[in-house]
Amino acid sequence: MSTEQLTEVEMITVVIDGFEVTVPKGTLVIRAAEKLGIQIPRFCDHPLLSPAGACRQCLVDIEINGRAFPKPQASCTIPVEPGMIVKTQLTSPVADKAQKGVMELLLINHPLDCPVCDKGGECPLQNQAMSNGRPTSRYEGVKRTYDKPVAISSQVLLDRERCVLCARCTRFSEEIAGDPFITLNERGALQQVGIYEDKPFESYFSGNTVQICPVGALTGTSYRFRARPFDLVSVDSACEHCASGCAMRTDIRRGKTLRRLAGDDASVNAEWNCDKGRWAFKYLITRERVATPMVRGSDGELHEASWPEALAAAAAGLKSKRAGVLVGGRTTREDAYGYSKFARVSLGTNDIDFRARPHSDEETSFLSSIALGLSTTYSDLDKADHVVLVEFEPEEESPIVFLRLYKQVRKRAIHISTTAPRISRGNHKLTAVRTSLSSVSGLTAKSVIILGERAAETGGTISAAVALAASTGAKLAWIPRRAGERGALESGAFPSLLPGGRPVSDASARVDVASAWGVSHLPQNPGRSTSEILQGLNTPDGLEAVVIGGVDPADISADALSQLLNTFVVSLEVSHSAITAIADVILPVAAVVEKQGTFVDWQGHARGFEKAIDDAQTRSDVRILSMLADELGAPINLPSVSATAREIQSLGTWDGARAAFEKTSAGSAPRTEGTTAMLHSWRLLLDLGTLQEGEANLAGTARTARAHISASRAAALGVKNDDRVRVSSERGSLTLPAVIVDISDDCVWVPRNSLNSQVIPALGFSSGVVTVVKA
Amino acid sequence: MTQLTPVLSAHWDEADSFTIEGYQRHGGYKALEKALSMQPDEVIQLVKDSGLRGRGGAGFPTGMKWGFIPQGDNKEHYLVVNADESEPGTCKDMPLLMANPHVLIEGMIIASYAIRANYAFVYVRGEVAHVVRRVQKAIEDAYKAGLLGKNILGKGFDLELVIHIGAGAYICGEETALLDSLEGFRGQPRLRPPFPAIAGLYARPTVVNNVESIASVPAIIANGVEWFQAMGTEKSKGFTLYSLSGHVTNPGQFEAPLGITLRELLELAGGVRAGHQIKFWTPGGSSTPLFTAEHLDVPLDYEGVAAAGSMLGTKALQIFDETTCVVRAALRWSEFYKHESCGKCTPCREGTWWLVQMLHDLEAGKGTEEDLTKLLDLCDNIAGRSFCALADGAVAPIISSLKYFRDEYLAHQRNGGCPFDPIASTTFATVGA
Amino acid sequence: MAFTTEQEAIMDSIVARYPRKRSAIMPLLHFVQSIYGYVTKDGIEKIAEKIEVEAAEVTAVSTFYTQYKSEPVGEYHVGVCINTLCAVMGGDAIYDSVSDHLGIGNHETTKDGKVSLEKIECNAACDYAPVVMVNWEFFDNQTPQSVRNLVDAARAGNPPAPTRGPKTLRTWKQNSEVLAGLSDGLSGEGVSAGPATLLGLKIAKEGGSK
Repeated sequence: MSTEQLTEVEMITVVIDGFEVTVPKGTLVIRAAEKLGIQIPRFCDHPLLSPAGACRQCLVDIEINGRAFPKPQASCTIPVEPGMIVKTQLTSPVADKAQKGVMELLLINHPLDCPVCDKGGECPLQNQAMSNGRPTSRYEGVKRTYDKPVAISSQVLLDRERCVLCARCTRFSEEIAGDPFITLNERGALQQVGIYEDKPFESYFSGNTVQICPVGALTGTSYRFRARPFDLVSVDSACEHCASGCAMRTDIRRGKTLRRLAGDDASVNAEWNCDKGRWAFKYLITRERVATPMVRGSDGELHEASWPEALAAAAAGLKSKRAGVLVGGRTTREDAYGYSKFARVSLGTNDIDFRARPHSDEETSFLSSIALGLSTTYSDLDKADHVVLVEFEPEEESPIVFLRLYKQVRKRAIHISTTAPRISRGNHKLTAVRTSLSSVSGLTAKSVIILGERAAETGGTISAAVALAASTGAKLAWIPRRAGERGALESGAFPSLLPGGRPVSDASARVDVASAWGVSHLPQNPGRSTSEILQGLNTPDGLEAVVIGGVDPADISADALSQLLNTFVVSLEVSHSAITAIADVILPVAAVVEKQGTFVDWQGHARGFEKAIDDAQTRSDVRILSMLADELGAPINLPSVSATAREIQSLGTWDGARAAFEKTSAGSAPRTEGTTAMLHSWRLLLDLGTLQEGEANLAGTARTARAHISASRAAALGVKNDDRVRVSSERGSLTLPAVIVDISDDCVWVPRNSLNSQVIPALGFSSGVVTVVKA
Repeated sequence: MTQLTPVLSAHWDEADSFTIEGYQRHGGYKALEKALSMQPDEVIQLVKDSGLRGRGGAGFPTGMKWGFIPQGDNKEHYLVVNADESEPGTCKDMPLLMANPHVLIEGMIIASYAIRANYAFVYVRGEVAHVVRRVQKAIEDAYKAGLLGKNILGKGFDLELVIHIGAGAYICGEETALLDSLEGFRGQPRLRPPFPAIAGLYARPTVVNNVESIASVPAIIANGVEWFQAMGTEKSKGFTLYSLSGHVTNPGQFEAPLGITLRELLELAGGVRAGHQIKFWTPGGSSTPLFTAEHLDVPLDYEGVAAAGSMLGTKALQIFDETTCVVRAALRWSEFYKHESCGKCTPCREGTWWLVQMLHDLEAGKGTEEDLTKLLDLCDNIAGRSFCALADGAVAPIISSLKYFRDEYLAHQRNGGCPFDPIASTTFATVGA
Repeated sequence: MAFTTEQEAIMDSIVARYPRKRSAIMPLLHFVQSIYGYVTKDGIEKIAEKIEVEAAEVTAVSTFYTQYKSEPVGEYHVGVCINTLCAVMGGDAIYDSVSDHLGIGNHETTKDGKVSLEKIECNAACDYAPVVMVNWEFFDNQTPQSVRNLVDAARAGNPPAPTRGPKTLRTWKQNSEVLAGLSDGLSGEGVSAGPATLLGLKIAKEGGSK
């Protein structure tokens, strides 16, 4: 841990409405007033956007050292100065009249849509018209009208008449997201937000404009006309999608999530989230829920069963069998801890792994040794001089990391390098350059090397990154795609680790845990990884039974599902899936909104959340496992999430020695020639992911799958942009429209899990050699 | 009687005055030679000493503006000339560029040298194709003559000069909106600070000057500070172009020392048209409060006009006689401001929308005296509350017309419509339509 | 292909005039109008490509300015100044007369595509009021009759010469090329200054000068 110099911040004292307030230099008058609890009305001002001074609602009287400004000033554009005296609408009749004047003007063209407008009840215009407006309007003229609403994307609707032209949305899109797909068009009173007709507002962050719009001009298609804010119960929550760690607010009405908003956490997501986090929650309603426990009968069919019956059947199937656990990457920390303890105590095994995706022994070693010792944070990204993205696409795989990096890119000189074979749109915005771990230079102690989960897919990559960090002093960060992975690793849902990062092979660590758990001993050999578990099934020494959490086998490999067919499977699932279809026993578990828990982000910071749906009857995985453990006669005593949280807390983290990282050398890259190519892929943020089901408006903004090839390959194939090409392996093929980009000649890139492009099921692997021909 | 002082216009009556030959025949580009043999800071000091004030309307001391550019900062500096002349009534820069674009170029080279800029732009409004042709050709010829480009006149000074043509937006005459427009954005004004001298074009130190201001520089360099100061008044030095238009017998451009009065100019211009009397006029374009017959002797310099309650602005003297309906005039100007409002800020965007509707009704004779009070209150909520001065210009004709001609508004109401004959004010009134 | 190689080369040369690419957006829009007569979708996309911005950022600019048209205008685009001074001096009467005569209104074009009409703002020629601009060339001191004659002649393919401009009135597209900063070699034609512009000088020479 490094100690940082605290820089002196100059503080300035000013007087606002007769009260003194002391704030750091650079603070805007409107912010300083807020510190006193004085709310100057405003529309275009937003603390996270550059000042605009456009709406003129925040006018106040200012004098500095006795010299008064001749006219009222926009307090959102003026930083405090020594000797400044401010009079807001509270003490200056001039400021008050000016504000009321502006409000009257804003309302002359604003439609009386309140009864049908989503924003009603939580609308800054309504609120401020009441607090800082005239009681009646003197306008007797004709209001301007437009056709409404206009869909600027499938998920955002625009009612132009309501727009007060504060330009928050256009400023956000340009400054924060780097996606200026919406702009102000026309001039004067006809000025309006618009898109280029052929290019809808398909930004991964478009939903933030709906949230910051101070009127009902921008609304979400999925939420339009659905609810009034006073019907909703709001709960602070944590996003269950990626590992960025966003704070969230979930709004529930009568037991159903109606919408989610970005929560406020300056250290993580500021006040932003991505469209997936915002809108992908309908999976709970559209996927078929596992309503009751189910047991597969002798007729081979699944039948509903009572809990005692199902637990008994599960225990019977697991007892005296070699059993393992596949946890999946989406559990809460407490549930992962439950799986971890269950595996060791109830099944007597270390064959447990949370990775439901391609992985490697190299990654296993990395996660066992180095990963939990990393303490890189968002703050380190803020200060980095150079960030190397190793098999990691920020905008697709961890959008808030993208926003964080983009903020720096806009602010100052920062190097961003990527090992990707092509510069994606997101990386283009980051001004990233292509590099390789062997050739990247100029790294210092302020640099950050980010390892994505796909670094595991090429042998030697992780080792090279580790060596590079060691030799340059750069910081390492590991950013997986799913929200539960870091927490699962910390909870020991992993073949070589017990909870708290305790190495399985360390005797004193085992004793530590064993005594905490009240058992005499714990299995001492590192267990099987996910792929070893799956591949070992149906072999003489392989496992005979598997307990599976939220796992999609197609994410792991093309054979995973078939490998499980003849194994005894106990599935803990929220909704019916490929696994439940082959399971022997299904135990229903609670969805994220139905339980409390904690997600740990890639930094290792935890965000807890309470149960959003108060009267939900379902139970968290850990509770189910505790009941199953009881049934097996090897109890784990975790009857609730809070009890689990307490146990995790008291067990604490390991401060002893960790395992040593075993390096892997890079293999030789396969040769390609003629029509063969190295296939590269990654998952787009919006794709066929299970948790995005049921939300067609969100899916409408997903990017079309295309095969990305180089100009010379295209020429060799006689292919132009949009011509169809077939990408094949021995196992199968994908046919997609081509797009010619700057990519290495020997590579082809396709999205990993998009419509018409599901790589693992179709081709049988996530990366490898394919042939590309004109279709 | 103040004497006219043709300096800029001295040779406009020659058929080739706009060519480089025509310009050089009368000493063109000699001032440049002189300036390049001085130190840049000396040139700035000379212009400061002369007392030259910006001729684009604000009257800010030109030399002082040049002096604001930080020197030795290792950043690119830019000179941008505002040739977006669009203030209603203003018609001096376009004829100047049509008749003698080279004087501007010479002035630009001198100014760029002084502020250490190696790139200069002239932003010409787009609605004047032939002016564009003339300026474009003048630039080409200046390059050919070694007056632009690398190592000008062998003095080691490089300057690229680019003509940038507008596309129809009055707001782009506002200096920060002009910069945004030149950068390729919508022409909307910027927050200040930072000021253009610190962060202007491409966030670099920039001087934005009016055409006439820069065009005046060669003569000052050539003839000296004393010569310039011998013309004009104590605080408004030098000569300038006064544009006389409207109901005068002979409208046109009159180059005179600052401080001349309208009475004097009318005498030179043959007076108000025969059989008519002056009713109201603008000293500096539609954005300046109106004057009437009682202001004929106001010295037309910055201080004199300000003291009389208006602004000298661009010296756009629009003369209206008694056949003109002042309500119609105010309405049409209001429609102009509404059309040209950039839309950024609420008071201007929504305010001009409302003002036009109100004036429309008043011109049609609707409403009561109450509405006049409401109109003034609306003006009060707009003036000084907007992002830039366009809105202030928008309310000026309304406020001042109500001040001097309140009864005319009421007459419309009594009359149920405009009591004036719109044809009587036209140039073809006697001839017929 | 919406643009020929030659046209693209011209666009590249326009971009090269400026230290930053984005500044070229305005002349590029005039250039597109010189080819198609108005701002086409192809034009927007090509400009976006040339200056490396999103198409939306191009439409943001193209819709801001009055001179960029989203629909074709006539070969001869007639702008009648109706700002206060010109309106009072006869602009309103001229507009009503020619609008009636052509049977079209503001921003409309005759069916034969020859003439379009627009109410324009002050064009900096107030001493020549009432002013009419055709394809942004000066037609000073107009009357209703003279403008009716003008548009009739334009429709017949033989428009009068501008008062202060080239010897022959050029078309909308041709003049748009000038506005893109491309020379058509006609700067030498036409007077250096009109009579009103020279009035002060004349009087000064006759004894009113210093």
